[in-house]
Amino acid sequence: MARIRAYRNDAEAKVTGTARYADDYSFPGMLHMVPVYADYVSARNLAVNGAEALAQPGCIAVLTASDVPGNCRYGQIEEDYPILAEGTIRSWGDVTALVIAETREQALQAASLVKVTAEPMEPVLTIEAALDPYAPIIPEGKDSNIVVHHRLRHGDPEAVFDQCELVIEEDFHTQVIEQAYMEPESCVCVPRHDGVLEIYGSMQHPFSTRRFVSSFLDEPFSAIEVYTIPMGGGFGGKDDNAAAVCARAALGARITGRPVKLTYNREWSVRETYKRHPYRMHYKMGFSSEGKIEAVETTMYADSGAYLSVTPWVTWRSTAQCCGPYGVEHVKADVYGVATNNVFRGAMRGFGAPQVNFAVEQLIDIGAHRLGIHPLGMRRMNMVKQNGETVTGQILDKHTVSLEEVMNSVVHHIGYRKKYEQCSRGTSDNDELYGIGLSVSYRGSSLGAEGMDYCSCVINGQHDGSILLETGIHENGQGSESVMMLILAEELGIDRKRIRYRRSSTSTIPDSGTTVATRGTIMGGSSVVVAAQKLKELISSHIAQRLKCSSDEVTFHDDKIWGLTYDNSLTWEEAMKELYLQRVAPYAFGTYQGPDVSWDDTTGQGDAYFTYVYSCQCAEVMVHKHTGKIRVTNVVAGHDVGKAINRAMVLGQMYGGITQGIGMTLMEQVQEAGGKITNLNLGTYRIPRSTDIPEMEGIIIEHYDPLSLTGAKGIGEPAIELIAPAIANAVYHATGIRCTSLPLKIRPEDLS
Amino acid sequence: MNEIHCRINGTDYTFSFPGERRLLDVLREDLQLTAAKEGCGEGECGACSVLKDRRVVNSCMIPVAAVEGCEIMTLEGFRQTPEGRCIVEAFSDSGAVQCGFCTPGMVMAAASLLFENPDPSEVQIRTALSGNLCRCTGYDMIVQGVRLAAERGRGLW
Repeated sequence: MARIRAYRNDAEAKVTGTARYADDYSFPGMLHMVPVYADYVSARNLAVNGAEALAQPGCIAVLTASDVPGNCRYGQIEEDYPILAEGTIRSWGDVTALVIAETREQALQAASLVKVTAEPMEPVLTIEAALDPYAPIIPEGKDSNIVVHHRLRHGDPEAVFDQCELVIEEDFHTQVIEQAYMEPESCVCVPRHDGVLEIYGSMQHPFSTRRFVSSFLDEPFSAIEVYTIPMGGGFGGKDDNAAAVCARAALGARITGRPVKLTYNREWSVRETYKRHPYRMHYKMGFSSEGKIEAVETTMYADSGAYLSVTPWVTWRSTAQCCGPYGVEHVKADVYGVATNNVFRGAMRGFGAPQVNFAVEQLIDIGAHRLGIHPLGMRRMNMVKQNGETVTGQILDKHTVSLEEVMNSVVHHIGYRKKYEQCSRGTSDNDELYGIGLSVSYRGSSLGAEGMDYCSCVINGQHDGSILLETGIHENGQGSESVMMLILAEELGIDRKRIRYRRSSTSTIPDSGTTVATRGTIMGGSSVVVAAQKLKELISSHIAQRLKCSSDEVTFHDDKIWGLTYDNSLTWEEAMKELYLQRVAPYAFGTYQGPDVSWDDTTGQGDAYFTYVYSCQCAEVMVHKHTGKIRVTNVVAGHDVGKAINRAMVLGQMYGGITQGIGMTLMEQVQEAGGKITNLNLGTYRIPRSTDIPEMEGIIIEHYDPLSLTGAKGIGEPAIELIAPAIANAVYHATGIRCTSLPLKIRPEDLS
Repeated sequence: MNEIHCRINGTDYTFSFPGERRLLDVLREDLQLTAAKEGCGEGECGACSVLKDRRVVNSCMIPVAAVEGCEIMTLEGFRQTPEGRCIVEAFSDSGAVQCGFCTPGMVMAAASLLFENPDPSEVQIRTALSGNLCRCTGYDMIVQGVRLAAERGRGLW
């Protein structure tokens, strides 16, 4: 446990309960909306009859697809997701109607009387069924259930396997995971006197929300203003789906002309919103007698569910990182996204990496064991190194490749070598078996070649010396506002108390993309630096004369602005007053564009990401001999984050990521029976509690990244992407049993 | 419809609505006390935690009839007490807050623990918080926050 005093601009409000989340807002005349589902997984000829509902006391409207003025469908990549179902049901999460009433109770009562009928069809529920040549095609207008196919071709693995000392073939399966943010979706939409719709919602992408609402209502971006308000976690899960919730409330507000609130309960949230993709992976990995990975061939299938969402991007990351952090010369990967009638899958923290790491980091341990090589030596020999080449043909020469250092730090800290020798390997004198396991990873920062990467910042200095700051990055709970404030204070050499993070909206800052992909600090922070440099140039040019120097000789530190000598300085207030007298606004706008990345779709080659975070996590476990229960007793994690801006929050991201990862490894699994989710609430979908989590230690490693203007890279997703294989390896060293499916399960009979 | 009497954050209330209404709804909707949140509605997540006679309860599971004659303390009331201030500052300094949605409930669970046991061990803290789910922090810094509140608040509890 670390003891570092934390800084957060929103801590006081959140700890005192004054922070207002979407459902905490209410407005005069506000109406309540609830969604109506249908108990179908796949059906056609959908008919909705709201007459009886509408006759209920307090019921104002029953809305269906025919009430939508704009495009009923939306998606970040393809417009296939029905914000309101039109004629067809493709999954159990589809919303068929919206009921609006004076109170929530009245809306719920009326919603129960909406009659939905349809002609059921046989659903397609597994990857195997979807790939059957005679399977019904789920995506509209397509000729296959394969919605995406990424290829990676590097060298010629087929020719090399024959010469390998050892070839391992193994299948790995991962499960469906719910993001389980503590705050279910909620939105309040308020028509403003000037015709603008104000949106207060729980989402991590205000700009995507604006796009959804705009297209759904057929209104311009300028007529929709999405405000940033506190939100109760997202973890990737509050991107497109949360935007659809806002679009529904917006439709209600437009039609009734009154404020409308749509707050989800947990069951609706789990039923409707997208999950982490389950993967089926086949790997073939060939090693030389010294332990070098000579060749890898892999085929993976990700169940995309009924809609595309960001499946092509998730599976793309799996493709680019298909060999983990190892520089393999001969690789062939085919990664498919497959449509089924399951509730759809989309973004979740880790985004296609936890699945492949689960496979690769076990394969290298299996290889080490079979060849009699120490797992550390095996990793050290194969891992990417400075100026080395990745499997996508990228040369890592633009930042410090620190994976070996990161691994060494963790190994020394936890005492891995000695503990590795003490593993039970299936036998012990007491009721528990002990094991330790390790995994390493590299993670491409930000969107990479999957998307457009840019972010804007506005610094609005005031003539009294205070400063308003805003960026296009959204506060999801991770502490992004505090990070931006700390960066600005550092850049301007001022006391951070001068800075207030402005409650921004989509109408005050340009679209800066979504706050996902561990891109907040690297993109937002860099945009703060760009704007701060512009502001410093502006201030310098107007006060250099008073400081008796040229403008490029002006410096900013200790809350003052300095000329060349100590007797030539101005306090920040004096400088702002000087600008005021010169009728100059201390205002700067900066945009940071991500460095170039590249990708060739046919070969899967290119500079996939402009930089990488290097990580190692190590876990100790005890496995009970009679029950098979796995208990994680200690975790040490090391991550090269470039530069830690807010150390306590970096550690907070590590511990939170590891904890979510432990949930994925040992507890969590969305249960789907015939396409219907059966564990819809937190009593049956169990996530880790305080008593499930061991002591954790985070090691922050810092190698300033030259391509990030602050030197910082990020930590959100690296923290979650590699604990599962570390625990699986520990379980193996405890029991001698290799678990290739998540969540890990050891049956007592296998131990006797 | 019977009348229900209780004290909430030091003020006496008499309610005359159906007794099966959830305490959480009365707090959030009628009294605009929105610090307590609804995360699950089935008593699993603890986001709706409040104190009932100084013991933590899930207000989503409590029909308002069950608070007859009780003293209810929500975070709005608790934050104004010296004990409340102590936990608020300890949580802030410890980095116990990320998204903050579970935080009001965590504060109330911590208060309930410290009222009963002013010097809890780590295991006791983890056990006391085990009815409150957090998806962001991994609990580590929340546990530290409770420990810090216990240390700083010696004599207070």
